Amino acid sequence: MNGSELALDEMERDALAELVNIGVSRAATGLRAMVGEPVILSVPSVEVVSRKAAATLIQERESDQLIAVRQDFQGVFSGRALLIFPQANSMALVRAVSGDELSPEELKALENEALAETGNVVLNSCLATMANMLQQPLGISLPFVIRGDGPIFFELNESVTDAGVVLFLYINFAIAGRNIRGYIAMLMDLPSLEALKALIGEFLARVMGSDDLGQFT
Amino acid sequence: MTNTVLIVDDSKLARIVTSKAVIATYPSWKKIEAGNADEALALLSQEKVDLAIIDFNMPGRNGLELAEEIRKINATMPIALATANFQDEIIAQARTLEVSFIAKPITPEGLGGFLTGAALKLRSAP
Repeated sequence: MNGSELALDEMERDALAELVNIGVSRAATGLRAMVGEPVILSVPSVEVVSRKAAATLIQERESDQLIAVRQDFQGVFSGRALLIFPQANSMALVRAVSGDELSPEELKALENEALAETGNVVLNSCLATMANMLQQPLGISLPFVIRGDGPIFFELNESVTDAGVVLFLYINFAIAGRNIRGYIAMLMDLPSLEALKALIGEFLARVMGSDDLGQFT
Repeated sequence: MTNTVLIVDDSKLARIVTSKAVIATYPSWKKIEAGNADEALALLSQEKVDLAIIDFNMPGRNGLELAEEIRKINATMPIALATANFQDEIIAQARTLEVSFIAKPITPEGLGGFLTGAALKLRSAP
């Protein structure tokens, strides 16, 4: 774990989980519209862990190859958002968003584009909701599709050593009717964590009124 | 008339924000809070609750499952489901249970309509 000055206190963690929850709930609404099936979400997890541990958290539950749509975001805080699922689910997701009438060849040809667009809808909706609530604009990169295992997804910056801690947010999703499941994950490194901590403080003061803070913490 | 509103959300922040939104419209209403469905049902068996505002995505039973339990003991209590998750199935289930929808993040404006409607309904109830 990390030095106490960087840890989020209980209320900050709660606020961050709630921001993510609202963002991901909107994202799920968009995804449901795309796949035509209900999307089920877990409760979000917020953890400050080593970069290695973030990869392990996903990897230890997944023995198969993974596929991810990745979008980097940049602003007062920066990081990476990922829509991750087992590679075995990829074509089912492509079929779900592209329509059942396409042939397997047509679907295969569409695969990367369909995955990127799905990720784009889900991740943008999540990031934009959080940015709006924190009143901070975020630049969001174009989506791209990566295949591999955990560590590939979580390398934010080559110059940062493995010892660095990251803020790791993740939530499970499942599309029961299509046998698709995966994760929505967000990763931020230390300078972003500090910036985010300050923004969450402002957000809390704004929504709760600073005079009430003492009473609840 | 003073009503008691039960606020159920696993997020403390969300409970505080909801509570403040209630105060904005009805400062005198009594507010009680629960962090999950089990706590909410325990409170309901102990206290007189007039209306409930329930989060959807919670550990354990979700907000609709809780609303279903509440309907077994109270068929008419005004209940609102607070969520940013507007999937068709969730809306349909909420309708079946006669549960209103409130968009998260909760604001006094967003919650006001539900509260005023609930106040009218409770006043006209026998």
